[in-house]
Amino acid sequence: MSILTPRGIINSLLLIGLALVPFVTEAMGDSFYTGLISRILILSIAAISLNLLIGFGGMVSFGHAAYIGVGAYMVGIGAFHAFEDGIDWMLNGYVQLLGALLGSAIIALIIGAISLRTRGVYFIMITMAFSQMLYFTAVGVELYGADDGLSIYSRSDMLGLIDMSDEKSLYYLIFFSLLLILYFMHRLNGSHFGNIIRGTKSNEARMRSIGVSPYRYRLTAFVIAGTIAGYAGFLMANLNDFVSPDMMHWTRSGDLIIMIVLGGMGNLFGPLYGAVAFIMLEEVLSSIPLTVGGLRVGEYWQLIFGPMLILIVLYARNGIDSFLPGKARAS
Amino acid sequence: MNWLLLLEQMLNGFQLGILLFLLAAGLTLVFGIMDLVNLAHGSLYMMGAYFCATFTGWTDSFLLGALLAIPATLILGILVEVIALRNLYARDHLDQVLATFGLILFFNEFVRLVWGPIGLDIPLPAFLNATVEIIPGAPYPTYRIAIIILGFLVAGLLYLLVSKTRMGMLIRAGASNRETIGALGVNIKLLFTMVFGLGAALAGLAGLMAGPILSVEIGMGDGILILTLVVIVIGGIGSIKGAFIAAIIVGLIDTVGRSFLPEFLDLFLAEDSAATAAPAISSMLIYILMALILAIRPQGLFPPKGVGR
Repeated sequence: MSILTPRGIINSLLLIGLALVPFVTEAMGDSFYTGLISRILILSIAAISLNLLIGFGGMVSFGHAAYIGVGAYMVGIGAFHAFEDGIDWMLNGYVQLLGALLGSAIIALIIGAISLRTRGVYFIMITMAFSQMLYFTAVGVELYGADDGLSIYSRSDMLGLIDMSDEKSLYYLIFFSLLLILYFMHRLNGSHFGNIIRGTKSNEARMRSIGVSPYRYRLTAFVIAGTIAGYAGFLMANLNDFVSPDMMHWTRSGDLIIMIVLGGMGNLFGPLYGAVAFIMLEEVLSSIPLTVGGLRVGEYWQLIFGPMLILIVLYARNGIDSFLPGKARAS
Repeated sequence: MNWLLLLEQMLNGFQLGILLFLLAAGLTLVFGIMDLVNLAHGSLYMMGAYFCATFTGWTDSFLLGALLAIPATLILGILVEVIALRNLYARDHLDQVLATFGLILFFNEFVRLVWGPIGLDIPLPAFLNATVEIIPGAPYPTYRIAIIILGFLVAGLLYLLVSKTRMGMLIRAGASNRETIGALGVNIKLLFTMVFGLGAALAGLAGLMAGPILSVEIGMGDGILILTLVVIVIGGIGSIKGAFIAAIIVGLIDTVGRSFLPEFLDLFLAEDSAATAAPAISSMLIYILMALILAIRPQGLFPPKGVGR
């Protein structure tokens, strides 16, 4: 990725802008936007990981929010036991982080191993069904709040290294995580592994004929993507001070796919633009001041967003990416 | 073990299975023939229930309301097909998933706008709001019996339609090879619209039948949509027979599992941990079943002829 192309310059400006966010909002005296943009960045981390599957690998996984939920619940459950039962080590942020990464990786391994035996529409439906299974599992566990979810009374304790309760340091943790994950994806896509993943998307038969068995590579990508989503969940729980089954609902997975398509599939920065666009659309549409017949239009913003989504799919398939100068590249 | 309770739960399972079948039949036909993934199928189910609630309110009769709601959902389905979905047949599944997801958002918000955020009740007429003793000693709600009977009736009619009529022949041909029947001069566009309308009417029927038992509320179709997907994946996409068998299996396992798993777990778990684990595990049962079946037969139990992979 050369920075000195028009596209590279726009991407760099976006990242520099994001780096300055806490200072700008501090000067404005309004910390609402730090929280909002933190949320956007966490969602974009999850969307970037899903892009590895959908954009590069052609595996339309419709259950990605489940791994966010698994990661988030690790923080929620840790805080719950530390608070209720006085088990202090469960508040340790590194233990929670390890739990979030391992938990989401193992669940992605199991779900992936079964789902990847199937193709196409079966794959979509099965990943969706498995994520709903996790959703209903969370709904069924009374101990951890069932439907109502868990409030987190104390954020992950990072032993003084990072103060998770400070908006600004949490923001920078999220921001640098995003940079790291973007760099990781950039390297991954340029690697032998990335070539095979993209190769199996465009022509599986050809990959087989040169002696590559796609299943192992697909499963590896599936686990990597799930683990990163689990990390996004770890961040999300700390940002919201709250976890609930709703985070895993299949419509949340749908939101992630919308972000990828809005941003333009299969390129590195697409999901970041897509997440920004998605949340901004939500904010803008839901605050339309227009009133028709006593009803505030903004309150029914999905009435506009739904048909908009159909139009985007039909007529603007390449998303924001197609409006940026220069040619899209995988890495 | 309580045998009366088991029989009662099995009837409940059949009733859930029948509702799932009505939904799955439309979804699996639409997918089998048009290669379209329609996530908005659950929205048609919801709209059927809301139409029925409204018409029942106007006419003061559940039967009239139901009879009006079915054609209303059929027309709505045809409108959705003509306006939005027709343009998606040639697209890949990701596009279809996204666009129909957009339809779900639209319909849920539309219902909130028109009917408000609070759910509705559909009152049952007196003759359905009673119990019968099918099994001596265990009174069972008449309405649930009516659902089971009507559902089997519709399944039978659907079987006749698909296996004995000219339209059914075209439907089966379309599920096996849609290019060929187009090349043979069949009006594919009309066939697609009719099949989609039929699927919508069946979804609406399922919705209005579920209305008096569950509450009629926003998003009621989103949850059952996933169960329906599980059914058609297990049954083999495009197969009506597969949808029927899988729907009954899923209905029975889900219902009976939920009521008997706690007792079953008590046998080898401590009582309080069994009580904690049971609700979580019983909601996982059908997904475990799906995983097992897919591990053995990735294309489902009864894939339509010519779709073997």
